[in-house]
Amino acid sequence: MKKALVPTAFAACCVPLLWLALQAATSGLGANPVEELLNDLGYTAFVLLALTLACTPLQIVFGWNWPIRIRKLLGDFCFFYACVHMLTYVVIDQGLDLKAVATDVLKHKFIFLGMATWLLLLPLAVTSTRGWQRSLGFRRWKRLHRLVYLAGGLASFHFLLRFKTPRVETIAWMGVICVLLLVRVVAAARRRAGMVQSP
Amino acid sequence: MRSSEVTPKWLYVRRREFLKLGAGSALALSLPAFARAKVEHGPKLAGVTANAQYALPEEKKNSFEDITTYNNFYELGTDKSDPSDNAGKLQTRPWTVSVEGEVGKPRKWDIEEILKSFPIEERVYRLRCVEAWSMVIPWDGFPLADFLKKHDPTSRAKYVAFESVVQPQMPGVKGYAGIPFPYLEGLRIDEATHPLTLLVVGLYGEALPNPDGAPIRLIVPWKYGFKSAKSIVKIKLQETQPPTTWNQYGGGVEYGFYANVNPDVDHPRWSQARERRIGELLRRKTLMFNGYSEVASLYAGLDLRKFY
Repeated sequence: MKKALVPTAFAACCVPLLWLALQAATSGLGANPVEELLNDLGYTAFVLLALTLACTPLQIVFGWNWPIRIRKLLGDFCFFYACVHMLTYVVIDQGLDLKAVATDVLKHKFIFLGMATWLLLLPLAVTSTRGWQRSLGFRRWKRLHRLVYLAGGLASFHFLLRFKTPRVETIAWMGVICVLLLVRVVAAARRRAGMVQSP
Repeated sequence: MRSSEVTPKWLYVRRREFLKLGAGSALALSLPAFARAKVEHGPKLAGVTANAQYALPEEKKNSFEDITTYNNFYELGTDKSDPSDNAGKLQTRPWTVSVEGEVGKPRKWDIEEILKSFPIEERVYRLRCVEAWSMVIPWDGFPLADFLKKHDPTSRAKYVAFESVVQPQMPGVKGYAGIPFPYLEGLRIDEATHPLTLLVVGLYGEALPNPDGAPIRLIVPWKYGFKSAKSIVKIKLQETQPPTTWNQYGGGVEYGFYANVNPDVDHPRWSQARERRIGELLRRKTLMFNGYSEVASLYAGLDLRKFY
């Protein structure tokens, strides 16, 4: 059972990709496949980011340790989908017109937030290995990886701006991200209070 | 166990909601795309003649399937696939269109009378959505100018206001669509009576399908698609500029009243310089006035960056 956790999570993370490939092959992506692909890839990356952010709160609140064992896997897959999402935008949606991309990023906060999220995730994905953890030192590594909180915030605003009118779904997701961050804040405050109380 | 170690109830409930929401939205996101709704063909319209002046032979027409399954029609839902998925939630008979305001002869039309009273022609128009996608569509209809003339507009008729249908069973009306209903649109009288402006009752020679705004809608091909109100029930001529849904939205920051297709004026969240023609992979350049340069004279002396 314990051994099956990581391979199962790995397989589950591959499902959206296979599903999209199947839909693309059967023209199931609809009249505007590029848009559909961007939406689905971005959404998958966002859900994986939320799941990555959920691992620690699950441990804090329920005492579960197993989510921590797949946290790196979830984070890596989140970055993978974010890369495919971003590349679909640059290569297919914008036709590799880098000038148009640059203008888009600088002029429009929707695109800016998406690109900023991806840029934040980049150093985290690169340093997600044990080797990097060791060479940075755990404290510094941990401080660096707190950037993921900011990434969660930016990503949810990027998601919100995707639609012309605010949607219940996107607002609910913002709430989820807020709860996941809040649990950490509360836990940290408690830890600090505990330290003060017991000299 | 200390009470502080017990999971607070709100968090516990939240977590369940969160899991449900996650699974639910993952399903909702992937299913509609997988099963694209089939929209029924309407009955064939009698006596439609093709207008050779507006045939656009150089453009490839979009398929019936594309035109009927990729729509914005918030009364039927906010996703592109919602209008076709919920097509049955729009009742198109009985249907009346009332013409009122600054007219000598106000009238409440039955849709069948309209269909009999005006010769229907086919015109192939480009349609450019504000979301930077476009299609080429063979509409069947008649000039709005011919329709308005029947009602003797007065000299005070400076603007035309359009109101779309609200029916209680429509999912966007019942639920939350983010915009108020009825959907309101408006044109200046010279825009409304321009020969390009159509009242449309058909598509590909058949009665207009529900996702496209059955049974009667407006088409103003040089403006972003949202200006072309769907499923119209009221047309009012008036002296003052009417409030329109997207111009009112967010205090007027989102869209101007004019909403002419203009590659040089960006949407707040994206560029309008290029567009994706449905059916093509890479974007093409957006044309000023969507390629209908004959309307430029309507806006002589008007700063189109300010009045966008």
